[in-house]
Amino acid sequence: MPILSKEQTQALMQKVLSYSKADECEVNLNGSDNGNIRYARNSVSTSGGISQNSLVVSSAFGKKLGVATINEFDDESLKKVVARSEELARLAPENPEYVPFMGPQTYKESPTFVQSTAAMTPKDRADAVAESLKISKDNKLTAAGFLENSTGYAAMMNSKGLFAYNTATNVNFNVTLRTDDGKGSGYATKAFNDFSQLDVKSATKTAADKATRSVTAKAIEPGKYTVILEPAAALVLLENMFFGMDARQADEGRSFMSKPGGATKLGEKLVDERVNIYSDPFNAQVPTSTWSGDGRSQEKVQWIDKGVIKNLYASRYWAQKKGIKAIPSPDAIIMEGTNSSLEEMIKSTEKGILVTRLWYIRTVDPQTVLLTGLTRDGTFYIENGQIKFPIKNFRFNESPVIMLNNLEALGKPERTVSGESGLNALIPPMKIRDFTFSSLSDAV
Amino acid sequence: MKRRDFMYLAGMGAAATMLPAIPVWGKTIDPADMLGSIDPALKKRMADVALNAARSKGATYTDVRIGRYLNQFVVTREDKVQNIVNTESYGLGVRVIANGSWGFAATDKMDNDGIARAAELAVAIAKENSRLLTSPVELAPQKGYGEVSWKAPIEKNAFEVPVKEKVDLLLSVNDAALKGGANYANSILFLVNEQKYFASTDGSYIDQDIHRIWPTFFLTKIDSKTGKFETRNSLSAPMGMGYEYLQARPEDKINGVTTFYKGRYDMLEDAKAAAGQLGQKLTAKSVEPGKYDLILDPSHLWLTIHESVGHPTELDRVLGYEANFAGTSFLTLDKWESKKFNFGSKIVNLFGDKTQKGSLGAVGYDDEGVKTKNWDIIKDGTLVNYQAIRDQAHIIGLNESQGCCYADNWSSVQFQRMPNVSLKPGTQKKSIDDLIKNVQKGIYIVGDGSFSIDQQRYNFQFGGQLYYEIKDGKIAGMLKDVAYQANTQEFWNACTDMCDESDYRLGGSFFDGKGQPSQSSSVSHGSSTTRFNGINVINTGRKI
Repeated sequence: MPILSKEQTQALMQKVLSYSKADECEVNLNGSDNGNIRYARNSVSTSGGISQNSLVVSSAFGKKLGVATINEFDDESLKKVVARSEELARLAPENPEYVPFMGPQTYKESPTFVQSTAAMTPKDRADAVAESLKISKDNKLTAAGFLENSTGYAAMMNSKGLFAYNTATNVNFNVTLRTDDGKGSGYATKAFNDFSQLDVKSATKTAADKATRSVTAKAIEPGKYTVILEPAAALVLLENMFFGMDARQADEGRSFMSKPGGATKLGEKLVDERVNIYSDPFNAQVPTSTWSGDGRSQEKVQWIDKGVIKNLYASRYWAQKKGIKAIPSPDAIIMEGTNSSLEEMIKSTEKGILVTRLWYIRTVDPQTVLLTGLTRDGTFYIENGQIKFPIKNFRFNESPVIMLNNLEALGKPERTVSGESGLNALIPPMKIRDFTFSSLSDAV
Repeated sequence: MKRRDFMYLAGMGAAATMLPAIPVWGKTIDPADMLGSIDPALKKRMADVALNAARSKGATYTDVRIGRYLNQFVVTREDKVQNIVNTESYGLGVRVIANGSWGFAATDKMDNDGIARAAELAVAIAKENSRLLTSPVELAPQKGYGEVSWKAPIEKNAFEVPVKEKVDLLLSVNDAALKGGANYANSILFLVNEQKYFASTDGSYIDQDIHRIWPTFFLTKIDSKTGKFETRNSLSAPMGMGYEYLQARPEDKINGVTTFYKGRYDMLEDAKAAAGQLGQKLTAKSVEPGKYDLILDPSHLWLTIHESVGHPTELDRVLGYEANFAGTSFLTLDKWESKKFNFGSKIVNLFGDKTQKGSLGAVGYDDEGVKTKNWDIIKDGTLVNYQAIRDQAHIIGLNESQGCCYADNWSSVQFQRMPNVSLKPGTQKKSIDDLIKNVQKGIYIVGDGSFSIDQQRYNFQFGGQLYYEIKDGKIAGMLKDVAYQANTQEFWNACTDMCDESDYRLGGSFFDGKGQPSQSSSVSHGSSTTRFNGINVINTGRKI
């Protein structure tokens, strides 16, 4: 499926709208070409190329909404899909929370599409994996990894004059190298919009180094330790706090942002004053679409400023009801840091634990965002500014809110992707005191 | 569909709110269009186009899956219907072996040209990747079945039930919960129909019709003075059934601390009970950490079985194919080869199953055309087998696959997925009360809650929905802030008692995640109420 141009999507969606008899009609059109390659046991395993697209028509009569979709684009099919959505709308119950579609909007462009990624071929992927496998074999390690690229377009248009269009490319690479005796394991993950920025060799070398150094891990007692969380480890904790920053949940009294009696913690200092978190679709390192799926513009938003909660996101319905700004949830988050390298952070640590990756994160208590999960693929003990020895993995029970109050230091932010949710972020490594490890795990 | 997409759609959990816009997994379609299926003769013609195209490009093996995946969701909160969604996803996936390597491609362009191009791409990818192989793919032999079909033995197709009837049920559930004291009530009915066609160069053309249903709710009650809140989720199980699952009969109920449901579910009754339990949860005593004997209800134990038995006995994990994502397994081949690895106590018998009526894993044939069956995995406490597919069978000395291959969509490549893995009930007649009366210091856990386990499946932590303290053989009131931590082998060796077959029930998940790109599969786990001695319980209460 070719990626449709702005003009092609415009022409197609205008035709769809011309068939509409509803009070309001909105059309969403999207498609993608994805390619992936997977390897394990130092050999390629599964891989594929997937091409798919979708045309969605939403028709409304008053507060009654119907939705229908098709993936054939001849005139008869387009007429059919419009008629079908209108029929559903007539049958649907009134939704008191229905908010009319948005009128015309102006969106800026964001550099989410990169030709080098769009041009990737099965050979490019195999070549990249060949480099990774060579490092694995040269180091007498066993590699398992995944490289995926996607190229997609999304467009929307409605009867009130709104039009939006975006193309995006993404490439994700992650690799785990293990020693043949199963006693050492190391991991690295990278995500970019631009394939040419991906250095498969460097990432694989990082994982190889961690695998080799993590052999013969010692068990140390669970308890409270100072930790240095690498960006991939920090993100999977922080994102859970961020997922709870919905205005409605907070107002209804059922999130960590709620206070007794219906109030919320908006405007309050919740974490250390060095914590600044924002989103910005135009950030060059982690660009995202400038519009959300319902047509709202994505802009730069400060979520936490000097430890103070500055904004919560809200649906258009909830924002209207509460008289607040309807800020959509962002597609990526950015946390400010410093210029300190990870090595410098280690150097300044008297006693602590370096955490490469955290795994199987689950909420234990939504009221306190208490999370549990485990360290994985490279956990090391630091003493007097040096990595002394690898340690066995731990289970933790910790809240990101408590953790960001126990902040010791931040490092230089880098782009990473959540191994749990797939969320992209620009996030620094962070040093945290009194991080709670509750038990040991034998897993390597 | 991914778990997080479902969370979003259902408006459940905080994670939901992060995701942009309404997810469209497939294509939303008219409900009336969801009843028909595509003529198998047409699917056979399309499959043959792919088989021939791949063969002509040099594939030595090809299979084709043509899938029409239908979902319906009815999503409500309090007195409002938030969403009624019908989705359809239709397309074709073709998997080949060329130069000894796997290749896969998928398309929704279902004309001859689109299908042939997908087949050619799959071969091109396989050939490109073959230079990275250490050894060629070795498939266990599989006979072709010719043109055959299998339909899930449902009694009432849920897609045929009028939307109004479903809406009325969910709104009555919410209403009962609110009247019973809940502040918020979300409920959802989630229906799945997989119409799958499989064809391969082995000579199989298999047409299957699979149905699943999951009615569920999420209630919240807030103490306005303290701002504390508690939640109680439905005790339903997702099932491989039709709408009959929601037509509860007296014989399907087991009375206890709350009503338990066996094969059929009374959603309204459970919601009423749940609303009352929320008040008890808010005032429950915070647990004293320490060692307790645990009595685990099947509505809870299914998830512990899933994580600590189902996953470590997946052969792809054991071999390292999931090392980069889902993880490996502590149940290494040497432990299986020894024939004496003590996984659990002597009463622990766990089996793989792809046939149990009403279970999520039940199909006639798996996604590489293998007829399904049952087999022992842990027998009398000892590891005796794994879960395998065609390209792994030879590694554990099997001459045929165990039928565990699955892809969650036409656009996903099939791979080894967990069958139902269930705990055989006790052979002596025993009720839940019989189990409880022998416990001096214990906790009785009902429903599934927070769950987490390491990547080799040693260390786990689980919570639940309801926790009851057991003192001197009697229920002594409700507890909160409970989670237990254990090591898999120690936990299963601490299994000392279980109820008989009359208490055997299924739990399960629509969202077992594995693979890259990540895929979800649906799986059930059966057990009867079971006792585990001396398990470490922690207190999860915190202040922020």
